[in-house]
Amino acid sequence: MELLVASAIGVLTAGGIYLMLRLRTFPVILGISLLTYAVNVFLFASGRLAIGGPPILRDGVEFYSDPLPQALVLTAIVISFGMTAVVVMIALGAYLGADDDRVDDPAETERGDAT
Amino acid sequence: MSLFLIVALPFLGALLPGLMNSAGRQACAGLTFTVSLTAFIGLLTNLPSVLAGEVVTARVDWIPSLGLNFTLMLDGLGFFFAFLILGIGLLIIAYARSYLSRDDNMGEFFTYLLLFQGAMVGIVLSDNILLLLVFWELTSLSSFLLIGYWKHLPEGRQGARMALTVTGMGGLAMIGGMLILGQIAGSYDLSVILQNRELIQADPLYVPALLLILLGCFTKSAQFPFHFWLPHAMAAPTPVSAYLHSATMVKAGIFLMARMWPVLSGTPEWFVIVTTAGLITMFIGAVIALFKHDLKALLAFSTVSHLGLITMLLGTGTTFGAMAAVFHILNHATFKAALFMSAGIVDHEAHTRDIRRLGGLRHLMPITFVIATLAALSMAGIPLLNGFLSKEMMLEEATHTALFGAWWLVPALATLGSLFSAAYCFRLIGHTFLGPVRDDYPTKPHDPGAGMWLPPAILVMLVVVIGVAPFLVQDFVFLVAKSVIGGVGELEVKYIKIWHGLVPALFMSIAAVVGGLLLMAIFTPLLRMWDAAPRPEAKTIFEAIIAAVVALAERLIYGLHNGAFSRYGAIMAITVIGAGYYAWVTGTVGPTTREMQPMTPMAVAGWIMLVAATLGMVFLHRNRLMSLILIGIAGLMVSVGFVFFSAPDLAMTQITVEVVTIILLLLALNFLPNQTPVESTVMRRTRDAAIAVAGGLAAMGLAWHFLLREAVTTPISEFHLANSYKGGGGTNVVNVILVDFRGFDTYGEIIVLGIAALLIYALTETLLSGPVRARLLNRKPDQPRAGDMHPTMMVVLTRVIMPVVLMVGFYIFLRGHNEPGGGFIAGLVVSIAVVMQYMASGFGWASARLRYPYHGIIGAGVLIAGLTGIGSWFVAKPFLTSDFTYVRIPPFQEFELATAALFDLGVFLAVVGAVMLSLESFSRLARRAHVKDSEHPMDIDPSRDDTQPAVVKEGV
Repeated sequence: MELLVASAIGVLTAGGIYLMLRLRTFPVILGISLLTYAVNVFLFASGRLAIGGPPILRDGVEFYSDPLPQALVLTAIVISFGMTAVVVMIALGAYLGADDDRVDDPAETERGDAT
Repeated sequence: MSLFLIVALPFLGALLPGLMNSAGRQACAGLTFTVSLTAFIGLLTNLPSVLAGEVVTARVDWIPSLGLNFTLMLDGLGFFFAFLILGIGLLIIAYARSYLSRDDNMGEFFTYLLLFQGAMVGIVLSDNILLLLVFWELTSLSSFLLIGYWKHLPEGRQGARMALTVTGMGGLAMIGGMLILGQIAGSYDLSVILQNRELIQADPLYVPALLLILLGCFTKSAQFPFHFWLPHAMAAPTPVSAYLHSATMVKAGIFLMARMWPVLSGTPEWFVIVTTAGLITMFIGAVIALFKHDLKALLAFSTVSHLGLITMLLGTGTTFGAMAAVFHILNHATFKAALFMSAGIVDHEAHTRDIRRLGGLRHLMPITFVIATLAALSMAGIPLLNGFLSKEMMLEEATHTALFGAWWLVPALATLGSLFSAAYCFRLIGHTFLGPVRDDYPTKPHDPGAGMWLPPAILVMLVVVIGVAPFLVQDFVFLVAKSVIGGVGELEVKYIKIWHGLVPALFMSIAAVVGGLLLMAIFTPLLRMWDAAPRPEAKTIFEAIIAAVVALAERLIYGLHNGAFSRYGAIMAITVIGAGYYAWVTGTVGPTTREMQPMTPMAVAGWIMLVAATLGMVFLHRNRLMSLILIGIAGLMVSVGFVFFSAPDLAMTQITVEVVTIILLLLALNFLPNQTPVESTVMRRTRDAAIAVAGGLAAMGLAWHFLLREAVTTPISEFHLANSYKGGGGTNVVNVILVDFRGFDTYGEIIVLGIAALLIYALTETLLSGPVRARLLNRKPDQPRAGDMHPTMMVVLTRVIMPVVLMVGFYIFLRGHNEPGGGFIAGLVVSIAVVMQYMASGFGWASARLRYPYHGIIGAGVLIAGLTGIGSWFVAKPFLTSDFTYVRIPPFQEFELATAALFDLGVFLAVVGAVMLSLESFSRLARRAHVKDSEHPMDIDPSRDDTQPAVVKEGV
């Protein structure tokens, strides 16, 4: 089971990084979203995996999953929505303003002797 | 008066002139004067204790863990400087009232002045060196504002920038030096550091600390080779020059050298560096001053020269030198402030400060003539004026100082410096006031009103009184000198005398004055020689250095930062992977301590779906709608994973966030192209894939590693599990952590969420009010629209389902404390319900039924959460302490009432407001000119009897 989760984190990360390196805003945003999943699951998994032990206190139950990473990830999920929304808005504004959704600055605005 | 109040008064007072600006110039100046006077009187109330030899202290712990405490100390030295700062400050304020013209914004000026005054007083009263550094930087900043006060003058701006660059750089160096010093002494309190002379001087880090601190002092006090900024700062209004360059700003470096004197002085390093720098500065400053034609420039270089003199005296490391330095600080402050003010008067009345255009003013401005002449003669070192006394002491000290093994070097340079000093003083008097009256002044000069000449006159009175009767200030000077010296040595002199007998210093003095007169006699040919001689121009060198540094920074930055964001992403990913790899191979890896749990077919199925969706996104990402569907699958699988691994709250949050995110992305995709074109080369894609695979493997390896091992130390989660019910009154531990244990975090998060939503709103407004608006309104959709955009079935369904969804949301909210749920999830659920109304019935219909604006809902949420937190203050508990109780209201069962529920309500409202404001902003972009917002929920409504169709159908 651990292998499944670890490899899922790996696949999400790899997909996220690949899409993040694309040249248009939309795939980059999706890539960041994938990375968000990866990071959230990663953080969540730092509480170790527990099946059948939600952290809802019950009489006579002694086995609970770690609640702290869950609380942290819960706010992270909500915040990541806010972040995605802002990034999408910025991307949209840039596209509507310039009719161009490339993430890289065009070459002629480069300065210095960068090649 | 408490020391805190003395330091705080100018800062508090700084708020007033700006506010009172409309009340008139008189009110502004009067208010500033009153504030300074109050602080001054407050300082004087501490005089008896200081005279009694006590050290007045005041202490408040600020950040004790960093050793940064708000500790103030008033001893002789601190009192002396505070007295100068506030006393001369009062005169400057009175003078500035008359000096500034009607066009100058007086409130702004006095605000800056008081800020600066407060920072200076803070420096001299600080007992903690970190606090001192804070005030030190504040003086750099506030002096920048003052020097650049006349923003319309390019020289003013350049001078201000130069001053800030030089003194700011020195301040940075000094931070380093002070930190080293504090580390050596084990405390950042001056009172402790000053007791540890042997310890500090024996430390191997003594020399670096000394160099760094001296760098700070030398830049601030304009010592060679950093002397060049001071003359350029003369572009400031004259009151600023008079204040900054006689008694305050440039004396801060001197003050610090005096303050640190017991700890740092006495070593060969200190002696050589400080004495040499002082000597060179004194000599160069005096020579350059002689050939300056601008009165203020002349005075600026003479200030440089005199600061060098004081520095040299501190550098010798003898108690006599320290005493002479203190005395000269006092004398210099009096005559130099008077001279600057006189120069300002001349400038103000004659409309020029150029010595070549002046002359003969003694007939036209007799009062100014007397003031300036007495002050200048004092500066030249003429007997019966105070400058003579301290200059004699300096020469006396010079005869006992041998630098680099040459006994003659210091006396010779000191005499030469005095000689040039006498010469420029004579030139100042001779070329400005003496000689025939001219008829080509820019305006006819005359003496100003008393408001302008009285402040310098008071100072000149002091010049004469101290010069004639030095015994009046003798005890005070000795007291200050003793507090400079600390426990290092004893002061040997007992009296300050005018006549010492026929000592070498007297002959040196005579030589200087006679030589000065001779120089004046041959000034015209001398000036010709000076003008012909090649000289390095400090400003050019400074600007060249700045340009070189900027060029270097540009090469570095633009080399890396070329505008290609995908490149930054790649570099960052590689760096993180590299750092992780390094940590992995250099760290130790413990044995596995956890058993692997068996895989279930269900889990494998979920995994396959997740991986398939992710890979699908990678390969099909050019079809944007497809990738949106695939990311939905990935998000769904993540939610399912959360349920599977015992995190119901996370699952509910994830799935609801997923819904709103997809709606948001769909709204955005409405405007963006539907396809991503192929642009990158195969090479590039291979490279990206390699980086991605490496990153994925790294993340997987790390996760795999910790999943099979127990935590290195005991996790704090046990505490939360044990106290959730007892302390927080809830059985859903995750929710209790959110609203109780870590409520402050959550509070921050909802604020961030609210800010994000407002940012989106603001960006939308900007777009809609700019040139984009027209394009948006006339945009042709790139895909065919459905004929029936708001179908009846959907409208009816969402309408029916709405109360049910709201009830579910309410239920989820209420049970959140004990079962999976809570404010976040309930907020998202309710948002989805509202969004459904928008989607089904149209923007116009839904907006018309919106009673409260979403901004208000966000604000109400944050406010409710904040007030809940503040509520605990009323029962003397820290912010956000929660409480709960169980009540029973028949016919209900016993139930719980918790303040945390109120906090959760705030979270709920903030989430609803933020999500709705974001989505609403996006959909506002979608409205177009030729498609009217329909007030009807349905496009086709059989029950509506209207002849015209509600919506103009638009083609493809």
